[in-house]
Amino acid sequence: MSDLIHVTSSPHVRENTDTKRIMILVIISLLPASIFGVFNFGPKALLVLLLSIFSCVATEAITDKCLKKKNTVSDLSAVVTGLLLGLNLPHTVSWFIPVVGGFFAIFVVKMLFGGLGQNFMNPALGARCFLLLSFTQQMTSFSYDGVTSATPLAQLKAGESVDALKMFLGTEAGTIGETSVIALLIGAIFLILMGIINLRIPASYIGTFAIFVLLFGGHGFDWTFLVEEICGGGLILGAFFMATDYVTSPITPKGQIIFGIVLGILTGIFRIFGASAEGVSYAIIFANCLVPLIEKFTVPKAFGIVREPSKKDSKLEEGAKA
Amino acid sequence: MALHSFKGGVHPQEGKELSKDKPIKELQPSGELVYPLSQHIGAPAKLIVSVGDVVKRGQMLAEAGGFVSAPIYSSVSGTVKEISPRRVATGDMVMSVVIENDNEYSEADFEELSHDQVEKLTGEQILEKIKNAGIVGMGGAGFPTHVKLSPKNPEKIEYIIANCAECEPYLTSDYRAIIEYTEKLVEGMKLILKMFPNAKGVFGVENNKLDCIEKIRSLISDDNRLSICELLTKYPQGGERQLIHAVTDRDINSKMLPADAGCIVDNVATISAVYDAVYLGRPVMDRIFTVSGDDVVEPRNFSIHIGTSFKEILNAAEGLKKPAAKMISGGPMMGFAMFDIDVPTTKTTSALLVFTEDEASKYETTACINCGRCVEACPENLIPSRLSKYSENGVKDIFEEWYGLECIECGSCSFVCPARRPLTQDIKTMKKQILTDKKNQKK
Repeated sequence: MSDLIHVTSSPHVRENTDTKRIMILVIISLLPASIFGVFNFGPKALLVLLLSIFSCVATEAITDKCLKKKNTVSDLSAVVTGLLLGLNLPHTVSWFIPVVGGFFAIFVVKMLFGGLGQNFMNPALGARCFLLLSFTQQMTSFSYDGVTSATPLAQLKAGESVDALKMFLGTEAGTIGETSVIALLIGAIFLILMGIINLRIPASYIGTFAIFVLLFGGHGFDWTFLVEEICGGGLILGAFFMATDYVTSPITPKGQIIFGIVLGILTGIFRIFGASAEGVSYAIIFANCLVPLIEKFTVPKAFGIVREPSKKDSKLEEGAKA
Repeated sequence: MALHSFKGGVHPQEGKELSKDKPIKELQPSGELVYPLSQHIGAPAKLIVSVGDVVKRGQMLAEAGGFVSAPIYSSVSGTVKEISPRRVATGDMVMSVVIENDNEYSEADFEELSHDQVEKLTGEQILEKIKNAGIVGMGGAGFPTHVKLSPKNPEKIEYIIANCAECEPYLTSDYRAIIEYTEKLVEGMKLILKMFPNAKGVFGVENNKLDCIEKIRSLISDDNRLSICELLTKYPQGGERQLIHAVTDRDINSKMLPADAGCIVDNVATISAVYDAVYLGRPVMDRIFTVSGDDVVEPRNFSIHIGTSFKEILNAAEGLKKPAAKMISGGPMMGFAMFDIDVPTTKTTSALLVFTEDEASKYETTACINCGRCVEACPENLIPSRLSKYSENGVKDIFEEWYGLECIECGSCSFVCPARRPLTQDIKTMKKQILTDKKNQKK
């Protein structure tokens, strides 16, 4: 036996799935929404998506180089961030918006905190909120078929009537990726079937939001209004693709449900009582900050643990030994 | 009917097809045999032979060193050549008896009992025979069986569970034992049941071994104390706590014994050894052993003489097609990687796996992405990624608060981790440190 024998700790076999494969599956799941967005809004949308991805990947590569770290671009997480950021932008923005956004997402939100797995806030949404605050004009003017128009959600807030079917299909104004509920759901179902995400966060999020709207929406039990609220804005995109971001959501199963509930309530408050019609992005990055706290209180009881080991028990044990 | 199982777990590639259909063959060792004095949990056995002594097959070499201990018997006839520390599969040096095999296999006198004689035995007499035969948990744990079978309140034991799950990939020794020695297993179970008036005997078998289920069923139909529990094929179905949960729906934690849930779990090999000890009067000398791996020329199941070196067994399987990269004592999920296979087999070693490519160390460790796959996989409902972090950072109190000590070290978390992090290893390390601290505090 010429070669050295490997001695490692068990287990000695591994499953095939690695980080890169997960990222590829997420990218695939975002393709229906991306392709639909490009068809819906034209080649300008494709340019925004590509610029955003390019900016994210380049920022990560340069940061790694400057910090003399191993190049981590090949895990494809920057591509996912870039794609998500692009899908969260209107197609009408100038070229520098996705570039600045990508830089902010990767450099400020992700790399400064230690890179993949260390950021406490969803990078794409952090960047989107940064852009919303800095370039409000560009970020909030939407157009469809060359005509400037408000998003259905804004119309809804203004008390105008909207077409729920159009909202479901996505043939309306909005950011590149958020409009088509059907395209997003196809991607979401794919992610669930591939075991990449589970329903805990999306279901508790959308469910809580629905209840909140019914209670405080000011429309009573108006199902059409409810459906329009759910299909409108970034809720579906946010609930299935952004809130479920592994790094910035709780790892405890119970914590994930609580996280979803918090998101539902926050989104409801922002949308109904806030000045803006939108609320998903702020709700998610706000809830991201609560994750450590949520996790702390939702550590699952280990298998077979009936109750907390109390001091009384240990005293009894000592007594028995004595 | 829904199959019985537990929450969590993983599905590694089985690899059992390599050796599944190879009948058990006796392997007669040629060289020297080594018997470490500590092949079980508890006090090492106390030597009763000295260098130069001539011993027979089945003669006691060392007696039990206390209540939680077990005697050790010679598996060949020959001369005691040396008594010195020898390296064992885990890498430790353990005081051992070395015997030069005379290849005669002349046996000591064993007291065989007829069925009627066995019927007349009391529970205590059976227990005594088990104790004298040096039977320990032969599935790998090595806990002396007579201790396990003497709980505080024998009348409170409701289930004796035969662990026929064999959930580790590649291993087929239990499978072959069930197929070829079904009667030993069933009769062994009946013997154990004699000690527990209120207990039922359950054979927990994974549903990838339907032929075993048929075999056992054909032998137990006339006894209403015995039944089969068909288990879902999933790793670690054969973990003691997981098996108890699957069969009885009762949960135990690390501070409890199976007996606290009214259960006693014994492995196939252990129960067969009980049969040998009581009916044939034979102590633990042999065991069934799988040698397998993708590049082993002839994967096989052997009946080995305990003390045979791993190397000899590999040679008996016609060696390897390519140079080895990794050699494992036991299964790929929980077994030990060895740096030298010229070490002896013991009562608890059930397999030698040899791989010419080491898949596990090829991968590069990357950052944890908090995906929660380890959480879904953990059969103990823990958060392995965090426990691993606490281990790396040395925060013992939080590690304990997050139930780190409940880990059964099954390896499922490391198996699924997409970042290829050594989660199980980290947790094991921290567990050892904390348990050592606790031991020292008691002193």
